[in-house]
Amino acid sequence: MTKTWNNRAWFLVLPVLLLVAFNAIIPLMTVVNYSVQETFGNNLFFFEGVKWYEDVLTSERFHDSLFRQFLFTGIILLIEVPLGVAIALTMPRSGPWVSVCLVLMALPLLIPWNVVGAMWNIMALPDIGLLGYGLNALGIPYNFTRQPISAWFTVVLMDVWHWTSLVVLLAYAGLRSIPEAYYQAAKIDGASRWSVFRYIQLPKMNRVLTIAVLLRFMDSFMIYTEPFVLTGGGPGNATTFLSIDLVKAALGEFNLGIAAAMSIIYFLMTLLVSWIFYTLMTRGDEQ
Amino acid sequence: MAHWLDLTWMAWTWQTATFFLVIFALLCAMTIWEWASPGGGPRHGILGLDTTRGDRLFISLLGSAFIHLGWLGLTDMPLWGGTILSLICAYAVFRWV
Amino acid sequence: MRLSRWLVPSLYILFLLLPIYWLVNMSFKTTNEILGGFSPWPKNFTIDSYVEILTNPVWYNGYISSISYVIINTVISVSFALPAAYAFSRYRFLGDKHLFFWLLTNRMAPPAVFALPFYQLYSAIGLFDTPWAVALAHCLFNIPLAVWILEGFMSGVPKEIDETAYIDGYSFPRFFVRIFMPLIASGIGVTAFFCFMFSWVELLLAKTLTSVAAKPIAAVMTRTASTSGYELGLLATAGVLTIIPGAIVIWFVRNYIAKGFALGRV
Repeated sequence: MTKTWNNRAWFLVLPVLLLVAFNAIIPLMTVVNYSVQETFGNNLFFFEGVKWYEDVLTSERFHDSLFRQFLFTGIILLIEVPLGVAIALTMPRSGPWVSVCLVLMALPLLIPWNVVGAMWNIMALPDIGLLGYGLNALGIPYNFTRQPISAWFTVVLMDVWHWTSLVVLLAYAGLRSIPEAYYQAAKIDGASRWSVFRYIQLPKMNRVLTIAVLLRFMDSFMIYTEPFVLTGGGPGNATTFLSIDLVKAALGEFNLGIAAAMSIIYFLMTLLVSWIFYTLMTRGDEQ
Repeated sequence: MAHWLDLTWMAWTWQTATFFLVIFALLCAMTIWEWASPGGGPRHGILGLDTTRGDRLFISLLGSAFIHLGWLGLTDMPLWGGTILSLICAYAVFRWV
Repeated sequence: MRLSRWLVPSLYILFLLLPIYWLVNMSFKTTNEILGGFSPWPKNFTIDSYVEILTNPVWYNGYISSISYVIINTVISVSFALPAAYAFSRYRFLGDKHLFFWLLTNRMAPPAVFALPFYQLYSAIGLFDTPWAVALAHCLFNIPLAVWILEGFMSGVPKEIDETAYIDGYSFPRFFVRIFMPLIASGIGVTAFFCFMFSWVELLLAKTLTSVAAKPIAAVMTRTASTSGYELGLLATAGVLTIIPGAIVIWFVRNYIAKGFALGRV
């Protein structure tokens, strides 16, 4: 659609701009202010320059939680995206079961995040949980409050449970937009199942898959509530991801300066990634 | 109603205030530039991206933020070295990207 | 081939339902049975936990405050986003692309970054511990989302409709409410669904911005778990009850979900 050039459209955008700016810019400015000062309570602040940034960037603790964050995000992307596409490919294309499937699959997305954590906690308890009891009964030593490996396994399984449906729904919507004629043409040409996927389905899903990867990347990058309720970041610091570490520093230890500097670094990273994905997406639109 | 205007919790310093004023002034300057010569000078730069001036400003700002962070994290030299490097990068971005 | 067609989705749905089954199972057990050991279904079936939650004001007030801020947020998000989405879908204006990108970055920003300044901001303007604080704070990510989804739906409406209406003498507000909004009714429904969803599931900001009066159900749960020992039965029941509103809402919009996702704008 060709759009008309009209600067008065600004008036339509203004309410949104003001409300979001109120929520985004004032807090962001405050975080920047905190990040360069030392506080001793009672609103007494002392200018410290870039000391906190230096502390955060060179601290072992930050490197570790950053590494854990990237590891976690990498693992869940590698599992959820292929799994979601595979499930979407096997879903019926029409019929009464489609609605039922969609509703059941969307269910985990509508559960409050702390309930997801609590649910998996109950599920994974070694003595009375289905998963914990089951694994131990099979002879696999499993205790997510003691063994880092078990904790990671549970957190990853929980995230796969929680969010794979999002990839399924997006990929399924992309598949549905392919006209039936394409499949018939492929059938006449005697195309294999693989080449139908490679040359018809995958290109059509390109855009929705970019969005799926973007959303899963960003949402897993800011994950807080579910692992916090499930493991509390433990055992030790084994599942302390960036957001958990940040909240620990800000509200737990009241290290305002450190927490603020961490927030800014964290925010800049998400800004960079959103920009890369947004550029990729809008380039796809133009082609 | 006085507590509405109480901004002490925001803990302003003149350094950060200057920083935000500079950003704000840059945005104003970009608006005036755009108004004086509309279109934004779009082009296909060396990175294969189609950018306008606004994009180039954004890339320079984000880039200089990361250059400063990298400078702090990786070297012990004074920070203004990072600032000089950012300015060089910003020039390069406006020239070629 | 025929077999795998239904086998894979069925196994996946089974995997999705198992933890939910386990939660429901726990909610119907007595505390003694829960602590007594592993049992795959309730032996002494009881609805005591449900009675406790639905009659104790500490619990059911949590539901009321959660639902009230979610509804306020959905109404604000959709009504603010409608004109903005129209502007983005119909016009080009100074800085439009950058503005759109800036809006989207707020959908991507981690709430943990904003938690502390939000607490101080909303205390400073006197809204702390009210549903309004949470509703306004959730606008941070819901308004950009609503603009994004609505813009997709609006771009699907041909521009000729606008032009014809203006020629017929409609003013902009009258055209927008009488002609344009009915055309994108399903889009508004989908948008409201996603705003509801993201406001309902978020906890970090909701917990930070409330203390007693407007405490959301999710926060009541976490505090109960830590203060009054580990009452798994009650916790499970509260969890089951938080799934129900979501399930109802999904059922109403089930035919539109795929369409909303098809635009790829969630």
